[in-house]
Amino acid sequence: MDWLNILNLAVSEMINPISASFILCALGLSVHFGYTGLLNFGQAAFAGVGAYAMVIGILTFHLPILLALLFALACSAVFALILGIPTLRLRADYLAIVTIASAEVFRYFMTTIGFSSVTGGASGLSQFGDEFWALNPFTFSGKVGFGPFEYSARDWFIRIVAWLLIAVSAVFIWLLMRSPWGRVLKSIREDEDAVRSLGKNVFAYKLQSLIIGGGLGSLGGMVLVMNFSTVAPQNWVTTFTFQIWTVLLLGGAATILGPIVGGMVLFLLLSLTQSIMSGLVHLGWLPFLSDPQVGQIRFLLIGLALMLLVIFRPQGIFGNKKELQFNG
Amino acid sequence: MANEIAIGQAEPGCKKVDPILIADNVTRQFGGLTAVNVDHLEIPRGQITALIGPNGAGKTTLFNLLTGFDKPNTGSWTFQGKNLAGMPSYKVARLGMIRTFQLTKALSLLTVIENMRLGAQDNPGERFLVSLFKPLWRVQEAKITANAESLLERFKLDAKRDDYAASLSGGQRKLLEMARALMSQPKLVMLDEPMAGVNPALTQSLLEHIKDLKTNGTTVLFVEHDMHMVRHISDWVIVMAEGKVVAEGPPAEVMKNPAVIDAYLGAHHDTDLGTMQIKVVKEDKK
Ligand SMILES: Nc1ncnc2c1ncn2[C@@H]1O[C@H](COP(=O)(O)OP(=O)(O)O)[C@@H](O)[C@H]1O
Ligand SMILES: [Mg+2]
Repeated sequence: MDWLNILNLAVSEMINPISASFILCALGLSVHFGYTGLLNFGQAAFAGVGAYAMVIGILTFHLPILLALLFALACSAVFALILGIPTLRLRADYLAIVTIASAEVFRYFMTTIGFSSVTGGASGLSQFGDEFWALNPFTFSGKVGFGPFEYSARDWFIRIVAWLLIAVSAVFIWLLMRSPWGRVLKSIREDEDAVRSLGKNVFAYKLQSLIIGGGLGSLGGMVLVMNFSTVAPQNWVTTFTFQIWTVLLLGGAATILGPIVGGMVLFLLLSLTQSIMSGLVHLGWLPFLSDPQVGQIRFLLIGLALMLLVIFRPQGIFGNKKELQFNG
Repeated sequence: MANEIAIGQAEPGCKKVDPILIADNVTRQFGGLTAVNVDHLEIPRGQITALIGPNGAGKTTLFNLLTGFDKPNTGSWTFQGKNLAGMPSYKVARLGMIRTFQLTKALSLLTVIENMRLGAQDNPGERFLVSLFKPLWRVQEAKITANAESLLERFKLDAKRDDYAASLSGGQRKLLEMARALMSQPKLVMLDEPMAGVNPALTQSLLEHIKDLKTNGTTVLFVEHDMHMVRHISDWVIVMAEGKVVAEGPPAEVMKNPAVIDAYLGAHHDTDLGTMQIKVVKEDKK
């Protein structure tokens, strides 16, 4: 096995656009769950709404890219209102159920033939990225970079855009959470009734939190589809939501650095386990496994690692044990 | 004494000279059980009123109803002349009617000082867009913090300023909850068993705090089981049993009232309530 190669590949995976997209979605979840205590099991739907709205804005409404982005954020806010208004006055579990269900409804809706002239139906939409890629200031050909980070001009551009979005989102969350507004959110996580008794409109704060975290999720969705150059219903499966939860819990739910590092670590681990295990398969050390099975089994290992983490380090890598444990 | 507060005879539901809160026909049923059934009740402004009664009398439920935390089957009530029935709890609090909870609701994973700051109202930094720009809320936040610190000092919690509320003892949490309720300078504070679990060494100073509130013009309504304390600080006592108001009056008179002795002790009529400590099974969460 070529260890240097394996390591290079893994480190390079840490900042790939998919990892960045997961991180944006997980930052949104940290606003929902980590800071407000809202159980959103439909972050994939927020990502999907953002991605589809941006693409439809470009293809159907011929919006310039920036307007399409704003349109997507507006759609995700409307989606948050639709989910939040009926459920956020009820007990926390109602939101959890409604978000899971809505993610499924969203996916089936996007698959239906009736709207496929706009949504592309089951095969989805593509060829929407021309304007975005035309913004790329890099013109070099071939790969440029250092160490493990050697990419083409196109790959550099999407990575830089994605990580700038992460940086801006992180600063945004940091500004919010150090403020009295963030204090109300954290208090709602602790005990809603206490917050109500002090004259705060808990419902309005929860709705704001749902909109903001959902908006971050839809940014993640937009990055994902720009990278794939296509958007399709099967991108937004429940597994996607649970991988975002993995990123969040890995790093620590009520932290900003947590989801960022959690995302990088998850993709590092996925790449390492993939390379090492398929290396072992080729050496004949794992005769009971075939190459495609390796891809599956590493998710099993990650799941196991997540269980151990939640049991033995519930606050995640960065969380403060005193401040937040995984106790819903 | 009675004449200073009540109009005419001190009897259940009697009118007050200057009521701050007036409730009419408030009922609440849980299944077949009528937890609260209050025909008419007035709370005198600027006085300390004790609400007493055996466990299960409906005191906490009445608090919940009046503050919008629970919905009554029937009834209406006004606070400073404003109709509150059907109003959500946070709006009730904004009008200056702040309650505490029998089962303490300290925000455990926030620090003591953050708990206190949360109690302030009209903090511009609690609005979403304003919160992003610290210069817009820094001054107000500093004022709130200074106010919080002086309250913490009064409640002897200043040494705990930066500790998580989770690390406080049960009694200290009660104190914190009460201090936090005072952050917004309420017109009426409703304390649900403020002394339960508080270290006896602290009860005396807690009594003083409650008396100070009155001096500053705040109306106090509190639920308490300790008759010594009730007699010591309250100007007026309201007795509930089985959801109804069964007696009202100045403390000394109420404690001699046969209906009250009945409610508490059943047949043991010959005991003077003022001299005995009523033992109650207190719900305890942790
Ligand atoms: N949420 C509820 N559901 C059913 N019964 C309740 C509920 N809350 C209170 N009760 C009942 O109502 C009665 C009054 O309770 P409560 O107001 O807590 O009394 P107190 O505070 O005077 O001890 C009790 O019999 C209690 O069991
Ligand atoms: Mg009670």
